[in-house]
Amino acid sequence: MNFPVDEIRKDFPILDQKVNGRPLVYFDNAATTQKPMAVINRISEYYLKENSNVHRGVHHLSQLATEAYENARESVRKFINAGSKSEIIFTRGTTESINMLATIVESRVNEGDEILVTAMEHHSNFVPWQQLCLRKRANLKIVPISQQGVLDMDFLKKALNPRVKFLAVTHISNVLGTINPVKEIVKLAHEKGIPVVIDGAQGIVHSKVDVQDIDADFYAFSGHKIYGPMGIGVLYGRESWLNSLPPYQFGGEMVEKVGFDMTTFNHLPYKYEAGTPNVAGALGLEAALHYIDNLGMDKIIEHEDYLLKIATKKLSEIEGMKFVGEAPDKTAALSFLVEGIHPYDLGTLLDQMGVAVRTGHHCADPLMDFYGVPGTVRASFGLYNTEEEVSKLVDAAKKAVQMLR
Amino acid sequence: MTIAEKEQEILETFSMFEDWMDKYAYLIELGKELPLIDQQYKTNQYLISGCQSRVWLYADLMDGKVIFTADSDAVITKGIVSLLVKALSGHAPDEILKADLGFLEVIGLKEHLSPTRANGLTSMIKQIQLYAKAYQIKMKQ
Repeated sequence: MNFPVDEIRKDFPILDQKVNGRPLVYFDNAATTQKPMAVINRISEYYLKENSNVHRGVHHLSQLATEAYENARESVRKFINAGSKSEIIFTRGTTESINMLATIVESRVNEGDEILVTAMEHHSNFVPWQQLCLRKRANLKIVPISQQGVLDMDFLKKALNPRVKFLAVTHISNVLGTINPVKEIVKLAHEKGIPVVIDGAQGIVHSKVDVQDIDADFYAFSGHKIYGPMGIGVLYGRESWLNSLPPYQFGGEMVEKVGFDMTTFNHLPYKYEAGTPNVAGALGLEAALHYIDNLGMDKIIEHEDYLLKIATKKLSEIEGMKFVGEAPDKTAALSFLVEGIHPYDLGTLLDQMGVAVRTGHHCADPLMDFYGVPGTVRASFGLYNTEEEVSKLVDAAKKAVQMLR
Repeated sequence: MTIAEKEQEILETFSMFEDWMDKYAYLIELGKELPLIDQQYKTNQYLISGCQSRVWLYADLMDGKVIFTADSDAVITKGIVSLLVKALSGHAPDEILKADLGFLEVIGLKEHLSPTRANGLTSMIKQIQLYAKAYQIKMKQ
């Protein structure tokens, strides 16, 4: 491997610390990633030199901030290859992006209509649609998955009928690591005239996203999972869609002209950005995307796939090891259980040994119910993780299992 | 032995361990020795809410003393509930309600546990006190 991981780690000072007296091994990247100095510096620089409200003043600082904010939007557009900057809406994150969507499409969904989601969705791409269905007396239909964690494409094809108003699907599962064939899914849905919403919270981090190639109608992601700051996210929406849907929140930059009797609304993307936006967040996200571009997404994916492969191989040596999610097309997240051992016990001891993993339901209760497990232990990999850290995880897991048996 | 003496005994045991891995190993051993709840009480009615792993706790009154039995699907949780059972089981409701459980602070268990587990510990203590309170009232009648 010629991935310069030792050099890369120097960009992430937070990794250089001890937990319970042992060097931190951070394997909770699917929950949030650490931030490189480039991101931290960009945010500081903004508050040190450029802070001002955007799109308002004619003064120098306001113009600087506005330009920087709009450049960040352009960087996001380029990163996901959207057709136009108008299609990039800054939000607080994936959850807000999807909630916003599930609210503004409300008038398009009527009693008896259907919304399709999958059994592997994060609560953030499940509950907003479920609640929309409850409000409108529509039906939420679930596309099942196999034991391996692969989407049932035959079921999906049959489920795409004229009553379906939206299909919401995750690009990559945060629990199983499964990479869904989103391009193929969109093609199938579009043949039936059904729009597709993609939860890209993990997809943006572990794949090269080209929204035009995927042909997605909507694609949502968070900044903090792709080495950017918390509190900033994106909703990509096809321009024709966003133009035809109503505003979400009112006030601030989203208005064009306000009168006592009526208000006209600003054009895209501002129509969906009410109130003062998270400018520092957008700039931090831009810095993160540049950081990824400089390293090269292909190389990052190759590195993470390698870590996944060796972790899977080494962990499988533990007696009673069971992986949750064994899709052939899989990336960066490894969920597992050891027979007879509660995931909380395993997670507690791993933490004690300095290994940060996630234990629990991973905000995917329906998925846990499907597998009939109380939760899993999940190790998820990022660009700064090393083969040596994988060995530490495996050694710690072996020791924990020995203690717990 | 009084509750205070039992607390002291637990403290002395814990003071022998140098790091938390050893303390966890001891908790796991305790968990394995926990007087298990009768299968018939391992139902939702005896589940303690507020714990991330499932914990069942049952209390019986024998000769004016409350006898606790419990179980959990997670063994470290079993160890934690076992500490409480060890200290408080077999005592009169009055004594249980008066116990200050200071040993938990000294061991540093609460600070060391993840917030969700610390909440679980608080729930267990509350449930134990509720049982003691109920039996106290019952005995007065």
